Amino acid sequence: MCLGIPGRIVAITDEARQMAMADVSGVRREVSVACVVDGPLDALVGEWVLIHVGFAMSLIDEAEAARTLDALRELGEAQEALDAMAEGAKSLEGTT
Amino acid sequence: MRYVEEFRDPKAARALIARIAEATDAIGATREEPVRIMEICGGHTHAIFRYGLDKLVHEGIEFIHGPGCPVCVLPMARVDECVEIAEKPGVIFTTFGDAMRVPGTKGSLMQAKARGADVRMVYSPLDALELSRRNPDREVVFFGLGFETTTPSTALTLLQAAREQIPNFSIFCNHITVPPPLKALLDDPWMMLDGFVGPGHVSMVIGVHPYDFIARDYGKPIVVAGFEPLDLLQSVLMVLEQIREGRAEVKNQYARVVPEHGNPVSLAAIEEVYEPRPSFEWRGLGEIDASGLRIRPAFAAWDAEEKFGIGYAAGPRHVEEPEGCACGQVMTGRIKPTACPRFGNGCSPETPLGALMVSSEGACAAYWQYGGARVAAE
Repeated sequence: MCLGIPGRIVAITDEARQMAMADVSGVRREVSVACVVDGPLDALVGEWVLIHVGFAMSLIDEAEAARTLDALRELGEAQEALDAMAEGAKSLEGTT
Repeated sequence: MRYVEEFRDPKAARALIARIAEATDAIGATREEPVRIMEICGGHTHAIFRYGLDKLVHEGIEFIHGPGCPVCVLPMARVDECVEIAEKPGVIFTTFGDAMRVPGTKGSLMQAKARGADVRMVYSPLDALELSRRNPDREVVFFGLGFETTTPSTALTLLQAAREQIPNFSIFCNHITVPPPLKALLDDPWMMLDGFVGPGHVSMVIGVHPYDFIARDYGKPIVVAGFEPLDLLQSVLMVLEQIREGRAEVKNQYARVVPEHGNPVSLAAIEEVYEPRPSFEWRGLGEIDASGLRIRPAFAAWDAEEKFGIGYAAGPRHVEEPEGCACGQVMTGRIKPTACPRFGNGCSPETPLGALMVSSEGACAAYWQYGGARVAAE
């Protein structure tokens, strides 16, 4: 919950709400880019960001993203974040 | 425990370990009289154990595990209030997964769910807001928990709810801030800390200047660090070099992610939505001035405390820790987890009694997970 996970912005999904689709280790997740936007939203497509609980909090370069992902995998935190995303998606659909 | 050979750059790691040893010797620290460095962040605690860094460095360095695990410092009364809200008719109670298993006097949120309460794990407060859009006839509450890393996310979500005037969404705010407990620890006459490794992702939000008082007023060095083993070793060395040279400064080892002044959008959202409470209770540390946040009156319509007449709005309710639970003493560095009478005796990660056993960032859970052989040796 406290450690961010790197993801890559692949598309802008909602200009007004400043939302974008991110690819996080192969998992697609909609995130807010409100904290990293600086100019036109489209410029973010292709950028790597550090994502905390659904919010892109920092722009990072690809090498930093790879190093951070490695460190998170070692700690089991990468899987934890991906599981939490899956669980979150389930919570939205069902009754549990 | 890991070996240096498995690190991304073993040569760099070995060089850092050698320089750390040299600096530790120069300071004159020994196993008996160690230099005490607190890593504030629970993520750092986890990484230190995962890589066995405490065993790889000079024996004259003792890591004291700080209060930076939000689940671990959550008092039982707050868990009880979560359960109380979750069991109200019509409520969907949403939370980060970490908080599900924290025990309160009426059990955990997980147990409340098993009893029939609609408790749902979400990844983001945005998921909770989406749930309230999809369930207009239900009251959706999000458990706002965590330090400055998660605070912007709930602030921005609340602002979105306000913009859309979503009436059936509220936040049960239990956010806490990093600097006040550090001040409390430094004011504790018992505490003998020589320096700090500062949190990385919290600092990404708040920048490095909120730590200025540590160097200026208390004469202790602090180095904001990343999460790789090399980052941590480098940061420990940067702390030691300051001690060796009689300096006390705030340094940023993690500048590739942490901007000096933090993230302006996040800070503005926090400021707009939240204000400090006069004081807030921390598990193991007691009441600390201005260490917790509450929702400003302008946003009362999205404040679960106002909506349900619960929590600090209704007056603080201290609950005693379970008998024999020494979370408080472990948290302040007075004892090691293994010295707690309940460690492995009614308290384990599967059935946690105290909060430090719940999260992988808690000192007790880290000892349990990585400690087997080393516990025997201590």
